[in-house]
Amino acid sequence: MAKLHISTTINGEPEEFLCAPNETMLDVLRNRLGLTGAKEGCGSGDCGACSITLDGTLVCSCLMLAAEAEDKEISTIEGMADGETLHPLQQKFLEEAALQCGICTPGMLVAAKALLDENPDPTETEVRFWLAGNLCRCTGYDKIIRAVMDTAAEMRGATK
Amino acid sequence: MSSNDNKWIGESTIRPDGADKVTGRATFAADSTMPGMIWGKVLRSPHAHAVIKSVDTSKAEAFPGVKAVITSSDIVDFPIDTPFPLGIQDMRWMCRNVMARDKVLFHGHPVAAVAAMTEAIAAEACKLIEIDYEVLPHAIEIDDALADDAPILHDWMEFEGKPSNIAGVLEHTKGDVASGFAEADVIIERKFTTRPVHQGYIEPHACLVSVAADNKTTIWSSSQGQFMVRAMTALLTGLSQSDIRAIPAEIGGGFGGKTIVYLEPLATALSKKSGRPVKMAMTREEVMRASGPTSGSKSVVKIGCKKDGTITAAEGTYWLQAGGLPGAPVRGAVGCALAPYDIPNGHTLGYDVVCNRSKVAAYRAPGAPIGSFGVECVLDELAEELGLDPLDLRLKNAAKEGTEAVHGPVYPVMGYVESLESAKAHDHYNAPLGANQGRGVASGFWFNAGGESSAQVNITEDGNVVVTTGHPDIGGSRAGIANICAELLGIDYKRVSVLIGDTATIGFSNLTGGSRVLFASSMVVTESTGKVIRTLCELAAKIWDIDPDAVDWEDGAARPAGANAGQFEPLTLAELAARANETGGPIGAGAQVNTTGAEGGFGTHICDVEVDPELGIARVIRYTVLQDVGRAVHPAYVEGQMQGGAAQAIGWALNEEYLYDKDGKVDNPGFLDYRMPVASDLPMLDTHIIEIPNPKHPQGVRGVGEVPLVPGLSAVRNAVYNAIGVRFNDLPLSPPRILDGLNVPEAAE
Repeated sequence: MAKLHISTTINGEPEEFLCAPNETMLDVLRNRLGLTGAKEGCGSGDCGACSITLDGTLVCSCLMLAAEAEDKEISTIEGMADGETLHPLQQKFLEEAALQCGICTPGMLVAAKALLDENPDPTETEVRFWLAGNLCRCTGYDKIIRAVMDTAAEMRGATK
Repeated sequence: MSSNDNKWIGESTIRPDGADKVTGRATFAADSTMPGMIWGKVLRSPHAHAVIKSVDTSKAEAFPGVKAVITSSDIVDFPIDTPFPLGIQDMRWMCRNVMARDKVLFHGHPVAAVAAMTEAIAAEACKLIEIDYEVLPHAIEIDDALADDAPILHDWMEFEGKPSNIAGVLEHTKGDVASGFAEADVIIERKFTTRPVHQGYIEPHACLVSVAADNKTTIWSSSQGQFMVRAMTALLTGLSQSDIRAIPAEIGGGFGGKTIVYLEPLATALSKKSGRPVKMAMTREEVMRASGPTSGSKSVVKIGCKKDGTITAAEGTYWLQAGGLPGAPVRGAVGCALAPYDIPNGHTLGYDVVCNRSKVAAYRAPGAPIGSFGVECVLDELAEELGLDPLDLRLKNAAKEGTEAVHGPVYPVMGYVESLESAKAHDHYNAPLGANQGRGVASGFWFNAGGESSAQVNITEDGNVVVTTGHPDIGGSRAGIANICAELLGIDYKRVSVLIGDTATIGFSNLTGGSRVLFASSMVVTESTGKVIRTLCELAAKIWDIDPDAVDWEDGAARPAGANAGQFEPLTLAELAARANETGGPIGAGAQVNTTGAEGGFGTHICDVEVDPELGIARVIRYTVLQDVGRAVHPAYVEGQMQGGAAQAIGWALNEEYLYDKDGKVDNPGFLDYRMPVASDLPMLDTHIIEIPNPKHPQGVRGVGEVPLVPGLSAVRNAVYNAIGVRFNDLPLSPPRILDGLNVPEAAE
């Protein structure tokens, strides 16, 4: 099968890659580009461990063909911190122990950031429904929801 | 030491592996690659039960891109007539579980594996393997496996002199239940069933294995024990343990399900045969079909009480599905069922029943939730019958220091009564309920565990600390270890790095499981740190030219023990480390201990539900977990264990179950249809930590992770009863079942 040549932007940097027409974005990120922060938990769009954003929209990279990245902007967990400075969500997840094993954490953080980009003042219910596509089996979600709410409050305070 | 004096023990510090985990840097098993790496794939049985008559791999071997094909002949056979225990497992079952030998025992059972240049080629080549099966009738549910005309899975298995699917039996007896029931004023006996559920870790099993030409083997894999991986892989492939270096990748959840191997021996055999590093990863569907869930069960529980609520006798009989090979968690069911209570006459009996589903693996307090479920449901009914508050009934019969448990031990000091009293006094227990809402309570017990652990504590030249232990960190244990080491050394916790060693760099350490990791690893870290402190005092004594016994270690520095010792300025850890070369050399110490003194843990849960009478949906609207943890070394991760266990219990109670089609194939092998709780299903999960220190542990730790799964099933079920007046004795309480119960309440009794 002839490979496709794709030009895209990943975490703000121009990127080119070759992929098979049926290859998923997740497989290209992990197996061709060395970006293993996005995880495969199910391969069917049910667990959210592979969450990335495509032109700012939250997607499951396991359900996206890599060829669809052409001329788009992709953001992954690897691009979330600003150099040495963690994103406030990353920092809050650490401070509030919002992770245990950590396998869902990259997807959870990418999804939570997409929420706060869209809605800086979500209610608990809004956070719970936004993150309903990101499975976590360790925490019971309590500390994750609190960390997202507390980050949102802190970020609103910082921008006032 | 009193908790008030502690600087780090009891602080929710930031975990040593935290920044890696929030930035995507942390390396889980599927994240590793090697030069020249190829991919392995497993061919799995399309039948639930069949004889393998022949296997022909020639077409697969000839397929372009294929580098190796293996079958059961490449895995070491452990004959049925010779038991070969390894921990709680037996290699006779492990060798048949990782690769079917003469029979396939469940749909999804591995029958061959291929390594090829790509995963796609390996999968294609699997389809070219020709296997001639003689399909047999299958038995999945317990009643099917126990029926008179049941298909017998193993012709070598007999029970009471007859061919049987009962692989074993375990019972505990105390007193005389017949006379105990004769003394009772009220006796309630009920039948219960629970469905098989999966551990549900988000990370599928994965490994990368490199076998070099000289057999030197490196394994990166996701497991709850690198030493278990080394031992089982060596035994199943014929390699020496000393040739295998098993490196624990970060583990993306296990809950007991990663205490055995699935892929590692296959990848090792494929790597040896192909001469290339081989990577294998299960799909979610493979995880659901072929990795260990826990048992489905049926049980009969009978409890008798005096009018004042005093239990006179209790009896529980349990049948647990083992899957295709023996090993259901019967011990947890029969041992934990009655453990919270002081019962004069008790009897529990459990059967290990093989059936045509994947072999069970441990799942958080293995067997205990099954054992506890019927007991806590019957107690709820007894409390109502006697007009007692359900917590008062439990308090009346609560086990305490000195109680002889039905399963044998005499309890030391422990905090079960405190969990009940705290529950009774809790805001939650006394809050008003609305329409269609109900409240339930239940209690639970888990043994906890000691066992082998090793640690090494080294002081760096710049006066900081590296601690290496041998247990995969599944829920933040590195953070707890950093707290303990920093506390003992009197330094900032950030100066302590905690690493998980591989099998070549740290001494033998048993599995991460049984709620043992912080209990056991803090014992060896405490001992190692104590040795380091002694060395530091000796170095200071040498510098000061005084007796080492005249030096104290306090607040991160060596100090003269008193005025008589002499007048010297304190020497800090950094100062002593800088002068180590001139005063004696490297500073470090290790400890390797078969730890003992783990004492059981107890907890009580309060659950509120609201039931939608039209849709039959039960939603948990408030939940509180109260538990004696001994000592919360890192409270946030202790709370995390309590919350995570409760969430799994809620899933087990309300939604989760394996469904099988008529051919014995799992019908819901994905997260869409196997419905684990998602964020929008749950409320905040409140925790109430009780600390009655374990007197046999230097920091008072008991273990925390398993107990919080145990009471949850019945707390939810009792809450549903309180909401709608229907006692369901079969899980899960899914909307169709609740609607059925609402429509025909008497049918559910």
